[in-house]
Amino acid sequence: MTDNNAATHPNDVDASTAASAAPAVLVLEDGRTFRGRSYGATGTALGEAVFATGMTGYQETITDPSYARQLVVQTAPHIGNTGVNSEDAESRKIWVAGYVVRDAARRPSNWRSERSLDAELVEQGIVGIQGVDTRAITRHLRENKTMRAGIFSGEAAKAADSELLAAVKASAPMEGARLAEEVSIDEAYVVEPKDHGWEGDARFSIAAIDLGIKAMTPVRFAERGVRVHVLPATATLEDVKAVNPDGFFMSNGPGDPATADAQVKLLRSVLDEKLPYFGICFGNQILGRALGFGTYKLKYGHRGINQPVMDRRTGKVEITSQNHGFAVDAPMDGASTAPEERYGRVEVSHVSLNDNVVEGLSCLDIPAFSVQYHPEAAAGPHDAAYLFDRFIELMDGTKNSAQTTSAQTSEDTK
Amino acid sequence: MPKRTDLKSVLVIGSGPIVIGQAAEFDYSGTQALRVLKEEGLRVILVNSNPATIMTDPEFADATYVEPITPEVVEKIIAKERPDAVLPTLGGQTALNTAIALDKNGVLAKYNVELIGANIAAIELGEDREKFKGVVERCGAESARSHIIHTMDEAFAAAEDLGYPMVVRPSFTMGGLGSGLAYNEDDLRRIVGQGLQYSPTTEVLLEESILGWKEYELEMMRDKNDNVVVVCSIENFDPVGVHTGDSITVAPALTLTDREYQKLRDVAIAVIREVGVDTGGCNIQFAIHPDTGRVVVIEMNPRVSRSSALASKATGFAIAKIATKLSLGYTLDEIPNDITQKTPASFEPTLDYVVVKVPRFAFEKFPAADNTLTTTMKSVGEAMAMGRNFTEALQKALRSLEQKGSQLDFSHVPEYEVAELVEKAKRPTTERLYQVQRALLGGATVEELYAATKIDPWFLDQLQLLNETATDIRKAGALTEDMLRNAKRHGFSDEQIGALTHNSEAVVRGVRQALGVRPVYKTVDTCAAEFAAYTPYHYSAYDEEDEVGLHAKPSVIILGSGPNRIGQGIEFDYSCVHASMALRKAGYETVMVNCNPETVSTDYDVSTRLYFEPLTLEDVLEVIAAEERTGGVMGVFVQLGGQTPLKLAQQLADAGVPILGTSPEAIDLAEHRGEFSRVLDSAGLIAPKNGTAVSFEDAKKIADEIGYPVLVRPSYVLGGRGMEIVYDEANLSRYIANATEITPDHPVLIDRFLEDAVEIDVDALFDGTDMYLGGIMEHIEEAGVHSGDSACVLPPITLGKNVIDRVRTATRAIAEGVGVRGLINIQFALASDVLYVLEANPRASRTVPFVSKATGVQMAKAAALIGTGVTINQLRSAYKMLPETGDGSTLPFDAPIAVKEAVLPFSRFRTPEGKVVDSLLGPEMRSTGEVMGIDKHFDTAFAKSQAGGGNALPTEGKVFVSVANRDKRSVIMGVKRLSDLGFEIVSTGGTADVLRRNGIQATPVRKVAEGSSAEGEGTIADLIVAGEIDMVFNTPSGGEARSDGYELRAAATSIGIPCITTVAEFNAAVQAIEAQRTYEWSVTSLQEHAANLTAAKESVNA
Repeated sequence: MTDNNAATHPNDVDASTAASAAPAVLVLEDGRTFRGRSYGATGTALGEAVFATGMTGYQETITDPSYARQLVVQTAPHIGNTGVNSEDAESRKIWVAGYVVRDAARRPSNWRSERSLDAELVEQGIVGIQGVDTRAITRHLRENKTMRAGIFSGEAAKAADSELLAAVKASAPMEGARLAEEVSIDEAYVVEPKDHGWEGDARFSIAAIDLGIKAMTPVRFAERGVRVHVLPATATLEDVKAVNPDGFFMSNGPGDPATADAQVKLLRSVLDEKLPYFGICFGNQILGRALGFGTYKLKYGHRGINQPVMDRRTGKVEITSQNHGFAVDAPMDGASTAPEERYGRVEVSHVSLNDNVVEGLSCLDIPAFSVQYHPEAAAGPHDAAYLFDRFIELMDGTKNSAQTTSAQTSEDTK
Repeated sequence: MPKRTDLKSVLVIGSGPIVIGQAAEFDYSGTQALRVLKEEGLRVILVNSNPATIMTDPEFADATYVEPITPEVVEKIIAKERPDAVLPTLGGQTALNTAIALDKNGVLAKYNVELIGANIAAIELGEDREKFKGVVERCGAESARSHIIHTMDEAFAAAEDLGYPMVVRPSFTMGGLGSGLAYNEDDLRRIVGQGLQYSPTTEVLLEESILGWKEYELEMMRDKNDNVVVVCSIENFDPVGVHTGDSITVAPALTLTDREYQKLRDVAIAVIREVGVDTGGCNIQFAIHPDTGRVVVIEMNPRVSRSSALASKATGFAIAKIATKLSLGYTLDEIPNDITQKTPASFEPTLDYVVVKVPRFAFEKFPAADNTLTTTMKSVGEAMAMGRNFTEALQKALRSLEQKGSQLDFSHVPEYEVAELVEKAKRPTTERLYQVQRALLGGATVEELYAATKIDPWFLDQLQLLNETATDIRKAGALTEDMLRNAKRHGFSDEQIGALTHNSEAVVRGVRQALGVRPVYKTVDTCAAEFAAYTPYHYSAYDEEDEVGLHAKPSVIILGSGPNRIGQGIEFDYSCVHASMALRKAGYETVMVNCNPETVSTDYDVSTRLYFEPLTLEDVLEVIAAEERTGGVMGVFVQLGGQTPLKLAQQLADAGVPILGTSPEAIDLAEHRGEFSRVLDSAGLIAPKNGTAVSFEDAKKIADEIGYPVLVRPSYVLGGRGMEIVYDEANLSRYIANATEITPDHPVLIDRFLEDAVEIDVDALFDGTDMYLGGIMEHIEEAGVHSGDSACVLPPITLGKNVIDRVRTATRAIAEGVGVRGLINIQFALASDVLYVLEANPRASRTVPFVSKATGVQMAKAAALIGTGVTINQLRSAYKMLPETGDGSTLPFDAPIAVKEAVLPFSRFRTPEGKVVDSLLGPEMRSTGEVMGIDKHFDTAFAKSQAGGGNALPTEGKVFVSVANRDKRSVIMGVKRLSDLGFEIVSTGGTADVLRRNGIQATPVRKVAEGSSAEGEGTIADLIVAGEIDMVFNTPSGGEARSDGYELRAAATSIGIPCITTVAEFNAAVQAIEAQRTYEWSVTSLQEHAANLTAAKESVNA
């Protein structure tokens, strides 16, 4: 109702909080532009414009590798209030391709703050824009769809609008983008339980494929006594087997899951080994594809920390942290046999209560499950942390039944 | 799981009169609850003693009991109605306490009534300090550390652990006696030493001080499946030490990282589970150490609270409505989010704007009170504003307060004042925000002010940003587009910009609009635009995109009444809401403009569109413009929201806005002495002799002419602000010198004060042809006590038909002479059988809801329709909104008697010395709310009104009597009656002598001025404090008795026993006491009263 008849103000908003900052412009693929002032580094940033609705956690957001190649619009108006610290980053660097905010903090205030967000963006060369009507941008993306966009500031902003638009249109779309390898680490590393408050020996070891993994994910495992071997996106089954894992994990990450054939192939081979599997986000889409389901791009994605999801097994609602632009296309009602029939039956275990999108898959005949959202939170609520325990139980169960089986086997051979 | 099917009827307990700390927000939550319950098909029973509420409208419940909210009365209602369940979590602490009492005394079990939305064990865990500490500990969180000590040595040992400063609280002392803050060993020795003596158990609690820590609050919801969501986080601008209700608060929290916020969320969820909050809402308060981040849980409220109303308005998440559904067995995921329609209520709202709430105080009404802000709430109302950033929201909120000086002042601060401002800012008062901002303006640093106030540096920097912006505005020289956009982005009003650029507000507005610098209206949608919103709930912002949709019909705009204050409270919101309801029903699109988050009017369900905006000319004109460009405006109602919108009438008309109902000219006429007296003259009516003075010379001349005592007051006021009865020239001189700004634009009005007059209040409707007299109220106190503070009775009990006829004729003549189209309120005084007109207000009055409830006629709804051209004749016939024949002046003799009693906040306020402020009534209004007692007869109705107001009259015991000389003759009969009923009469001095001469056994006691005797016999004040007196009757006189009177009234106020200060009220009380002893207390719903009244009228007609 309010949307269709919205009257647009003829004038552009100004950016007084940084009156000294250079002019900047956000140009959307469909030609709509928003003028503001530069924030962070000046220059050009191209990517897919998406909006994120969390009111806290901007540092976690910009350092989440899943945001690679995206221009993130923060709907929360004040950004940077608590500065930046060395604990809260979710990876080694800022991944957002560009940053769009309304009111950038002039001065951070928090006992853990080490420097300002502005300085951090400059240091890492992230081009941003401030003083724009972020709500108008959000509504535009919601009504039209996420789309390519560019932030141009300083010299770059001086070009004619038509040139800027041409630059945006020349940039690569997210559909078909293969980015996991770009954001993944080159060298494997291990996260030890003892470094995260776990006393005693590790209970399990897992191999975790970094497709853009957030730092909090291995921490959540380690806190529970699970040693995590983080492997690059290019890891092979041999690499996985080499660490002798009790379970296998695939992380979140950027890009179109349709391009992740290598990871799908790897996962299938792992599932064939009956190794317990847990996937988060991209890891959910890869499980979906491994089982033979398709994936599709959502109109404007789910990016926020207030997303209600129902765990169909318990009927309980959890408030989740989400960041996904693609989703799995699987039958919503009851268990069905996976298109890749050798994996048996599968059911949609979690659904979004906002729009009924698949938020989790659970295999009934093989030890594998995954969720589309972020139980590791960071940023976001901790309601879904139980999933890490569920995976541990799964590994526990598999190990016990394996022992039982091997015991029986040895019995038989006598 | 769907809703429970075993519940067929529910009793909802309301919150009673508006008092500080428990105000209109419970009408908002209660009204939502009733609506839900009715929609769900339950039989709804309500008890609430407050007639000014929307929830007590008969249409909202099946049986509405306007009866005192006491366990005894509620038991009678339960016995009569036999509900299946009681819902006690939406009526504040009053409802919760009543429910606990009913559980404890076995009433709930006896009648097999289930408590829904709450469980007693959870409430007790939440409210018992020590038990709650255990809960917090089991959740792995911390409370403030404390030790209980019995000796000085233990105190010093505890100090080692807790460190200074330290809170000292003696156990089991009355009203926090002996509490204090120890900053060092000397303080500790002194305060603990006294505390050990004060405490009957020689026990003192020592607690680490969390003063100056950051304060946060989370609003939570839980359903029966244990789904928990955080509806809103609120950050206090003022650090710990100032009550949240008195603090400037901000939503969402702005200075926490996600890790820190999630930690609060985790603790809050753990606590809500551990406490076992059944279903519904609750809030939890936290303190965070600003340097270490240590988190301490302060407290929780296991019910819908003041802050839940704020959170609902701030986020669009209707907490009370959803809490009610949860209590019926729904789960959060089964309840749709009204705003998005497509998504469920099981989510956490996310905001893309900033909300600021600022408190409104009334210290000017209590000049003796200390204005230091503490953990005892003292504000009487609040304003909320939304903006796209903090500065915009803060400045909008400040101008919403509508108080002189509430907007920030950017005039030059001399350097020599800076140090003093910083020093003053150390003590939290109503002035602190201004002191801090001006100190920064004068050159103090954020660091200095942080050290002085502990207000988070981020907020201090925002104030500095405002100062810098003000400087830019001043430097700009001309009103350029860039400058104006920048100023508006930070919430500067046209008025502020005008002051900074030496332009008038009108010039700034003209230039600004010519340059196209206009606000847009954004939508409160719970989801930061992630989903489309279907509720047009808007706030203005100087941003790019406007979201107001096109509308099909021209809108009818209703201007609300702004923040609650003494003299303008919920009664005006009642009229605004009623108007909107009636107009919507008649097919109009209504638009509400208001800035008070506590109210029903700012519920997005009430009007077709809601604009949460300040009620200044600038903000209102912009809303009108927005409505104009999206479909047109039929007109604006300014007569319903009290003085706030009324004072905009002329300016709006000048701007070409059509005013509905009474014209601005007529409004002005009624306010204008000279013109109004011509109206009276031509109708053959008289006013007390009076004059208008613009100087002391004038005033003296007028007073000499008309004779003392005189009533003096500034013109254009509500609630008798600055009104005083002056007995001689010396006091007149003092009044003129101190109390008022006196200019030809703001003259002082001087009236002869009519002693011993009966005051009469009338509310009536007039359509240009016909009048409908709504009701005639006879005041119980004589003229001179502000009508808002006076008890009154409807229909009048001592006025003969002849007087009523004169009142009726006079009302019509005035309504016609003034040119009223809608409501008018007239105050008369009857002295020596002469009817004087005191004043006429051509607008909805404070008494409209009372009259409506007492007579069963919806006056405000009728007035709204008259404003659109409907006639009284049509309202009687076609609309059935008014009775077909007769009106409030022709009520049958067996009509029920309704008594309105004021509720006063004296016990909240302390002098700097820590004493209660005086409770004497006078021409300046000081009550915060009202209750209604309704019954067949006056005596029982009066008794109900007293019990409803929390001053239940005793039926036995000791009564203290001491009256001024002029009153001695008039009290003998009453005192004798009490004595005959078996009361022990206690008295002092002259009163005791007079009583004894009249054969009344009066026990003499020592006056306060006499002090304790050598044998240790205490004074009357000591007896009162010791709880030995059940009721105090004291009328004031000048001189020594006045100070004695103050002491004993203060004593009565502090322990909460009835304290009667007028003869008229005493006589009414004696009748009521006798009735209480004679008759069984019966309860009757408004619906039953209405049926009885209809039957009575029919029998009269037959």
